[in-house]
Amino acid sequence: MTTAPQTIGSRARPNPLAKLWGSLSLVFESRIGTIGFFMVAFWFALALISIVWTPYDPNASLFGQNLPPNAENWLGTDHLGRDLLSRLMQGTQVILVKTRLPNGWVIPIGVALWGVLGSLTLGTLLGLNAGYRGGWTDQIIMQIQDALIAFPRIVLYLVVIAAMGQGDLVVILAITLTGAPGVARLARSLALDIKTRDYIRAAETRGESPWYIMFVEILPNARGPLIVDAMLRVGYAIFAIGTLGFLGIGLPPPDPDWGNMVNEARRFIYTNPLAVLWPSLAIATLVIGLNLFADGLREETTRYQK
Amino acid sequence: MPQSPVLAIEDLAITYRIRGGEIDAVTDVSFQIQRGESFGVVGESGCGKSTVAWSVVGFLGANGYVKRGSIQFLGQELVGRRPDELRKLRGNQIAMVYQDPMQALNPSVRLGQQLKEVLTVHQKVSDQEAEERCLAMLKRVHMPDPADVMGRYPHQISGGQQQRVVIAMALLNNPALLIMDEPTTALDVTVEAAVLDLIDELRQEFNTAIMYISHNLGVVARVCNRVGVMYAGEMVEVAPVEAIFQDPRHPYTQGLIRCVPRLGADKASSVLYPIPGRVPPPDQRPTGCLFHPRCDYAQARCQEERPFLRLFAEDHRVRCHFAEEIDMASWQPPEEVQAAIQAHAGAPNGAQGSPSSPGEEIILEVEGLRKYYVAQGNSLRDVLGLAPKRFVRAVDGVGFQVPRRTTLGIVGESGCGKSTLVKTLIGLEGATDGRAEFLGFDLTVDLSKRPERLIQELQMVFQNPDSTMNPSYTVGQQIARPLIRFQTVPREQVQDEVIRLLEAVRLDASYLDRLPRQLSGGEKQRVGIARALASRPDLVLCDEPVSALDVSVQAAVLNLLLAIQKEHGTTMLFIAHDLSVVRFFSDHVAVMYLGQVMEFGPADAIYAPPYHPYTEALLSAVPIPDPGARQRRIRLEGSVPSALDPPSGCRFHTRCPRRHLLPDNGAICAAEVPPWRDVGDGHRIFCHLSLETLRSLEPVIQR
Repeated sequence: MTTAPQTIGSRARPNPLAKLWGSLSLVFESRIGTIGFFMVAFWFALALISIVWTPYDPNASLFGQNLPPNAENWLGTDHLGRDLLSRLMQGTQVILVKTRLPNGWVIPIGVALWGVLGSLTLGTLLGLNAGYRGGWTDQIIMQIQDALIAFPRIVLYLVVIAAMGQGDLVVILAITLTGAPGVARLARSLALDIKTRDYIRAAETRGESPWYIMFVEILPNARGPLIVDAMLRVGYAIFAIGTLGFLGIGLPPPDPDWGNMVNEARRFIYTNPLAVLWPSLAIATLVIGLNLFADGLREETTRYQK
Repeated sequence: MPQSPVLAIEDLAITYRIRGGEIDAVTDVSFQIQRGESFGVVGESGCGKSTVAWSVVGFLGANGYVKRGSIQFLGQELVGRRPDELRKLRGNQIAMVYQDPMQALNPSVRLGQQLKEVLTVHQKVSDQEAEERCLAMLKRVHMPDPADVMGRYPHQISGGQQQRVVIAMALLNNPALLIMDEPTTALDVTVEAAVLDLIDELRQEFNTAIMYISHNLGVVARVCNRVGVMYAGEMVEVAPVEAIFQDPRHPYTQGLIRCVPRLGADKASSVLYPIPGRVPPPDQRPTGCLFHPRCDYAQARCQEERPFLRLFAEDHRVRCHFAEEIDMASWQPPEEVQAAIQAHAGAPNGAQGSPSSPGEEIILEVEGLRKYYVAQGNSLRDVLGLAPKRFVRAVDGVGFQVPRRTTLGIVGESGCGKSTLVKTLIGLEGATDGRAEFLGFDLTVDLSKRPERLIQELQMVFQNPDSTMNPSYTVGQQIARPLIRFQTVPREQVQDEVIRLLEAVRLDASYLDRLPRQLSGGEKQRVGIARALASRPDLVLCDEPVSALDVSVQAAVLNLLLAIQKEHGTTMLFIAHDLSVVRFFSDHVAVMYLGQVMEFGPADAIYAPPYHPYTEALLSAVPIPDPGARQRRIRLEGSVPSALDPPSGCRFHTRCPRRHLLPDNGAICAAEVPPWRDVGDGHRIFCHLSLETLRSLEPVIQR
């Protein structure tokens, strides 16, 4: 069904890489977008490097406890004498570039990104249905969403994790469930606007199915705001992972977790405040970077014309 | 010139700064407006008309500035002044009226308050005095029940009344210059006619200078005494209104006049001549004369040398090298246009007879069709579902027949139910009651219950070119979709078929990979037509397909639709509010009012007596692009009543100007539903007045 556009388009459309570059170069038109891009790129690069190399083994107690930064340990060591820089680098992996499955396998793309992808998919599905179909469908979907939003987020996380135990997939599920209502609201409002256009009437008078109209006619025109929103959501997701880690119910060991690093170092904050500062700073710069990047993207995509 | 002009613009050039450069929106404009004069500025969209108006009031925005030239208002130079100086200079002496009255009025402030503010802010006027002056001004603009209107909010009065309030507001300070930017474009013809009457009257009475911006030549012919024609940021011709219409000297002016159908012209006896090409965007203007790529008279000199706006005759300036040589009367259409036109106009097809002529297959038959919507009430009883249900009778008992290969035009004011009728026929809404049959299929059910074959045979062309195409897909993809969905052609031939369809709408294969944002309005509308034709439908419903287009493009699209009809034998239902266009394009016309057909018949019969009093009023309201034409003035009072509670008897009786012709001031009109009066030849009139009375009415338009 959806192959229709490709039959002719494949010949003409620029390849996906060129298109990606096209949207990226747009971000560089904005100063804050550029700053955001490099902040995010820095962490991605660190995550990739850490896969092949970290200064020391992140989980091995090789040094003295709570050392300040020195020539050997650039960021110092924690309360078990582990190198903080190595742990910080390794901690980036689970968030951005890898996810550990329960059977021991590892798949690419980090927990934060999978979570956002999940809430984007679920939210778009619900939001488009609510917005396009309207009536009772809309009522039911939105009431459930409202009920979900009414719960404090942290309670939802606790419920999901208490029910399913710790694990990367559970964190992904928690992020998906808490993020979906927001995405659904956005998708619904976009669908409500776009469905009034004549090209939707044209599709209807062609006898297209509601699913075709929602995903082939409406979704491509709603993707701009959805992508910007998703960028911001990656930031929230990293926050959420940090919070969960701090509570001790986040990403399971052996990989170091930024939130958990803060939690552990908290007990020694008077002897070694830097051990708290580094992971906090890591979370903050990554989230701010994503926010700036999203702002730049929005600024440039909504600008009247090039 | 005996007195100094109110507004004198010399060599004006206006530029907008954009990312990576500048755009010269206006490059060379000069004109003067005297006291008591109404100066019309016409031209297609993108010619810089509004930009000139903005520059006079200093609203060019953060990125616009006057690059060159001068704007003198009452002898004072406005260019180069600081904003506070400008404010002092202009004071309350310049007023502006915009296109959409709803955006000019604050929706949350009572009208009286908004009107009074105009006086109390600019002058030291007591509240009491302001109130009195506002009331007097509302009376001046013929506002019914002004004291009541003062206490209302904008949404509580109709669009025409809103525009009257805006005009009253503009006139309160007795400005020396009144700028009107398409003030009637958003209004219905009948309302537009009344507002134009008002503007005309006020101009003579207040001795104000008016700068009137419009794309509609008919409107300009009606209210202006001098006209300036703008093209691509330049003034190309400035002359008194009679000279512009009777002896236009610039090829662009001539083209504009040629491409609108005259009221009374039909497709069998006349043709429309579109101007080829389109207005170049500001960064792609050609060298030499800006108009030469579209000009039939262009010579080598036009490509090299920029013409100046020069004096051609007294008070008649033209920007053309060959103004003396080109005469509108001796104009011959270029050969390729002529050939194309002969293809459809030369031999009238067999379908142009009456609907009752024997042997004609009736393709669409509608009888007593009704579409009611349930009105949502706000009271507690409504919410609980206890109150009796109330219905909006959008379409209430409509019946007509359409023979194959003909066009049925449907006209009427907004709110008359013509769009609902089309939506019901195409199946976006299911009908409430009645019968509608097309090729043996039942049309009263909605799309989800219609068989594939019916969906394929019934397609639609939409009004708004900007939303008719999905911005995410290329032209080729969008035309290919119906081909693949209905399997009109085998999969491997789709590409060829798309190219064939593009060629059918006078585009070519180079458009395949373009995105909608790379197309002009007219091109988008052509693609919309190609998409509708892709499934090879027998009936195409056109919902105002040309009303959002510029006149020169409108002519081209109309010609295209005619050629397609001729070639494919397509039957069409054509909705429009422009009576000249409907007359030109249709074989039969149905005039609708409040969900009912008031008159039905062959197109030529509808436009001459006998006609329904409502048709008569519509005809009288059409702005005619000919200052010499005499048009009898019939103005309808009030606005269309609510379809929630339509008037009893004849629905038109509350506004009918002919009711007094019946005994007892038409008591019967309010009491009884009128009979169908059969004039013959399929022409029917839904009126209590006898045919003899209707026949004796004087024609509305005389030349």
